[in-house]
Amino acid sequence: MQAVIKKKAIELLESGTVNRVLGWKAGEFFYDLTPAVFTTPEQIEKDFVYSVFSGANMSKYLIDESKKEGKVAAFIKPCDGYSFVQLQKEHRIVRENIYAVGLACDGMCDMREIREAGIKGVTSVEEDGETLKIGTIYGEKTMAKKDALLERCVHCKSKKVVDCDEMIGENGEENRDCGRFDEVEKLEAMSPDERFAFWRSQLSRCIRCNACREVCPACSCVKCVFDNPNSGIAQKAAASDFEENNFHIIRAFHVAGRCTDCGECSRVCPEHIPLHLLNRKFIKDMNELYGFYQAGADFESKPPVMNYTTGDAEPSIVYARGGDK
Amino acid sequence: MKKISKAKIDELFKAISAKETLYIPVDDSEGQAAFIPYAEGLKMSEDLNTVRSAKDLFFPQVESLVNFKMDGKHIEIIDAATEKKPFVIFGVRACDARSFDILDRVFYYAEPKDSFYIERRDKSTVVTLACNAPEETCFCGAFGIDPAEPAGDVSAWQDGESFFFKANTEKGEALLAGLPLEDAADDAADKVKEDIRKITAMLPLKDLDLSKFGPGKTQELFNDPAWATLSESCLGCGTCTFVCPTCQCFDIRDFDGGKEIRRYRCWDSCMYSDFTQMSAGQPRPTQKERFRQRFMHKLVYYPDMHEGLFSCVGCGRCLRKCPIHMNIVKVIKTIGEEK
Repeated sequence: MQAVIKKKAIELLESGTVNRVLGWKAGEFFYDLTPAVFTTPEQIEKDFVYSVFSGANMSKYLIDESKKEGKVAAFIKPCDGYSFVQLQKEHRIVRENIYAVGLACDGMCDMREIREAGIKGVTSVEEDGETLKIGTIYGEKTMAKKDALLERCVHCKSKKVVDCDEMIGENGEENRDCGRFDEVEKLEAMSPDERFAFWRSQLSRCIRCNACREVCPACSCVKCVFDNPNSGIAQKAAASDFEENNFHIIRAFHVAGRCTDCGECSRVCPEHIPLHLLNRKFIKDMNELYGFYQAGADFESKPPVMNYTTGDAEPSIVYARGGDK
Repeated sequence: MKKISKAKIDELFKAISAKETLYIPVDDSEGQAAFIPYAEGLKMSEDLNTVRSAKDLFFPQVESLVNFKMDGKHIEIIDAATEKKPFVIFGVRACDARSFDILDRVFYYAEPKDSFYIERRDKSTVVTLACNAPEETCFCGAFGIDPAEPAGDVSAWQDGESFFFKANTEKGEALLAGLPLEDAADDAADKVKEDIRKITAMLPLKDLDLSKFGPGKTQELFNDPAWATLSESCLGCGTCTFVCPTCQCFDIRDFDGGKEIRRYRCWDSCMYSDFTQMSAGQPRPTQKERFRQRFMHKLVYYPDMHEGLFSCVGCGRCLRKCPIHMNIVKVIKTIGEEK
């Protein structure tokens, strides 16, 4: 796959279709790839990497990149593609300035899963069918690829690239039966006190690094309200620990209906807080109240919370669904 | 040297915590290690390092300084400082132990002195623990730190059966004197040290070259074009600064509760858009300048002010946690190699 993608990237540059390529750049190790803009075939030959560690969703970089001179090539995995379309719907990216190459994807790996499986000091990885052969300074280890997948890939909701100029690999289909709401259901089954305790415990680890917000393709405000010192709310650690909790809840509300469930928030959280569960709860509720809706799945539909219909749920629904108060 | 069998480690923790609060690294429900007060039943984390560094115990992320209470025209000023109790931290790694030296030069010795920090430092006893299994992201050796010989008031080592302890300071001797430990030969931990050094010799970042950085390099490095490409994909989050054991910047803010104002300080991050913002504007308007500030501070400005000491300890937390995998090693290699 990598060889085909690199060839395509070079071809696009050499033919003048684009003047730069957004991609993943090799790091110190096999897993620490950094999003980067490549401008020459030599750079691509040397440093462009596409592997199971190319998990980063690049769509948000297109907000800035698509406003620069000339066309940029972007490689879009299916889940990134939902963000790509959603950002177009929100008029945040200039589509004419992008040459989008869709990529078929069968899941990305997470170094955190590998480390938590007790594999330390990693230096190399080799895919051997369904197995990862991992070289470490403490000898070679093996792990099933399925156990090393990012959470969002374990519950992959779609293998379909919604919008691209061409595909590498075969375009796939949505999978509504992916089990991504299982964890939300477990939370719903808790008593309000248990649920409160769960979130207080999870969010108590928050260090307000704002990585979840910075990486989120739906968080595309030019200036976030939390960055305005006059807003009375703090961007850094707050005066009370509840303010941190509040930050995540407010953010989930703000992206509701626009969140594509790309899972980047949970991927980047240095404290491993399952932030995606907040967003999924909103998605699940919207699906139940307004019918199935996937943000970024098309160019026409309106998010249910931004679209009034006479069949909408009445506000009193909160009493029916609020649990025992 | 003293020792205790591993099976009896809980006895040791109980003995320490009977007298003072004892912090040990513990995994939470999601497997994230942090220093928390010991209580019976807690198990020491097997992770090499905590997610946040041990600096939290001296320089917490949020700390109240003073409170103001308003009643009509009367303002009452309430000192928010509370008396700190003596405490012990167990299991600090060599890298974090060095970070205390770096922070001491800023908060303990330099003027104005930071009374909050000083009180905590004075009342703490640091027990370090040698690293039996360093990771690929470790590069403390580049800063002259030996993970087989960690500093602190007491240094500790472990093998399959026992923990070994050596006091380095009076505080350390006082701590060990009151504990249920057996005597051990002075060379009892030598085999462990030897094994650790065999591993450090294999670490992929062991030859990190810092010769292009240090005091007096500001003019040469400040306008390097590489800052633009290195910072290109930086998200501007504060992960690197908040997991860093040596980052020391803070902000002072007021929380206005109407009739009561709480003045507190909290960690700040040079990656944030309002960092050092002044009425005249933002001296570092884009992520390039903010990014450059962070690495120049660690590798040039701090060494300029502190006899060449770098303010990085090679713990590798930023290598593991940066959402886009940009980090100080990539900066050192990129800028170091092109010169």
